Amino acid sequence: MKSDKFWAWLVFILGGAYFIVPLAATFEFSLRMRRGTYSFDAYASVFADPYFASSFTYSVVVGLFTIIVGILVVVPAVYFVRLRMPWLRPFMEFVTLLPLVIPALVLVYGYIRLYGSSSLIPFTGSVLGTDILLTCAYVTLALPYMYRAVDNGMRTIDIGTLTEAAQIAGANQLQIIGQIILPNILVAILSGAFLTFAIVIGEFTIASLLNRPAFGPYLVGIGTNRAYEPAALAIISFIITWGAMGMINVLGRFAPRTSARTD
Amino acid sequence: MAAFLEVQNLVKSFGTNTVVKGVNFAFEKGEFISLLGPSGCGKTTILRMIAGFERPTSGSIRVDGEEITHLKPNQRKLGMVFQAYALFPNLTVGDNIAFGLKIAGMPADQRRARVEEMLKLIGLPGFEKRFPYEMSGGQQQRVALARAIAPKPRLLLLDEPLSALDAKIRVSLREEIRAIQQDLGITTVFVTHDQEEAMSISDRIVVMNAGNLDQTGSPHEIYNRPSTRFVATFVGQLNTLPEASFGPNRAIRPELISLTPRPETDTTLTGTISDVGFLGSVVRLRVDVAGTPISIDTFNSHALTPPQRGDTVTLHLAAKDVLTLGA
Repeated sequence: MKSDKFWAWLVFILGGAYFIVPLAATFEFSLRMRRGTYSFDAYASVFADPYFASSFTYSVVVGLFTIIVGILVVVPAVYFVRLRMPWLRPFMEFVTLLPLVIPALVLVYGYIRLYGSSSLIPFTGSVLGTDILLTCAYVTLALPYMYRAVDNGMRTIDIGTLTEAAQIAGANQLQIIGQIILPNILVAILSGAFLTFAIVIGEFTIASLLNRPAFGPYLVGIGTNRAYEPAALAIISFIITWGAMGMINVLGRFAPRTSARTD
Repeated sequence: MAAFLEVQNLVKSFGTNTVVKGVNFAFEKGEFISLLGPSGCGKTTILRMIAGFERPTSGSIRVDGEEITHLKPNQRKLGMVFQAYALFPNLTVGDNIAFGLKIAGMPADQRRARVEEMLKLIGLPGFEKRFPYEMSGGQQQRVALARAIAPKPRLLLLDEPLSALDAKIRVSLREEIRAIQQDLGITTVFVTHDQEEAMSISDRIVVMNAGNLDQTGSPHEIYNRPSTRFVATFVGQLNTLPEASFGPNRAIRPELISLTPRPETDTTLTGTISDVGFLGSVVRLRVDVAGTPISIDTFNSHALTPPQRGDTVTLHLAAKDVLTLGA
């Protein structure tokens, strides 16, 4: 009994150290900008940089649009596949996994060939067009997460019967999705949204190759040119990402309860 | 008087599997109709075609003279209660009941009044702020009933609404449903596989068997004058009588056999008691009559000592009570 606990604790501590030691080291290094003493100078320097604020804001805005477009694409798709075409589900699973298999680099080169300024649909010909293209690329990147979050959300409610109950009460398809389905999977959608947000904030490849002033390329630029600021930035983005993850957990507690008691 | 709900030559096939094979029936306004049959007999499919969730392969459905066969469910002005309650989990009880009214564009103050009226009707006044998950199954199903009837539908459809509830609630809720239905005079179609349930609340019963309609009639007619062998055996208990003394395909209900002669009895059988089942108000005996098992129901009585296994008894019955079973 006692040795069981010992080994369990040992594995736990080793595992924890694997995550925490590099993080602690990075944090410690980020505090050493001023010689001989710990200080938050590196953080002050990061926050004083106007490119930090502008690139972060840019990525937040793109992230929000990515979430909105992702919801508009994924929620109706998952709903109709579950309701009307359940035989399509394995295919959907496969397609939504593709962004994890296909490197972002391949995706963005494809985009540039297809939507470049000399193509028939020159998205990259204007700033707005490029931003739209970037958003679409991010929707694709976030698809595996958004799809699974929404799919899990719909698994917990009986969408078939709820749809029929709403239909017989006179509701049309739009009213059913808007008033019944969406509110019941809101928590699942939000968790998908935070994952999407975390991905968009740190993404480098696509933003860089489309030459957009996003947070990812900014991080990499700082990383190659400065010594202490990258460590501070790493800690900051870590906190943002974990903040997003934490929100998923907090929101999970507000999930609608759908228990069907039989007493 | 013209029929209010009329189903003609209704057929439904899923691929090569025909589950409803040309069903006809017509009922008048205000009737409580049960579709009764074992699982897989097509009763639920008929209900879902009336609701509009399934498209008939052929045939027509009319409500109040209007052909609704090809209307979408949300255009039919019907109310439905589902087996699994299907209350909207994100809405309060009040909002659930008001859902159809809101969709129909009823102003908020009228909606509130109607919700209050409905809650009073189902015996849950003051519950409008509750959420479905805070209520018991019986309460949820009553809310589902209120939601279905709040918009004053032309037809109320009940898809095995009592199956998910426990026995006691099932009986009290079915009486409540019947009382509300008679109160409002709303034409109701009730799907069930439970013959006792169907008998106790229906004006008319449609007995279904393997996609066909076997018999339509009042509970009294269905029980006492079953038109097919299936109806006779599915509804209530039945004893097949020994062929040697009665001829082929003769049967009788257990409560029509007694151990003592009655004024109308004219036939006797002798057998040995093989089992005694005490059901409270009723004592069910199994008697072996020359190899044919016969069940007898007699009322329990304080005065009588119950018969014992192995006793030899004489059974009295009236020849007019013997049913001749058809195909």
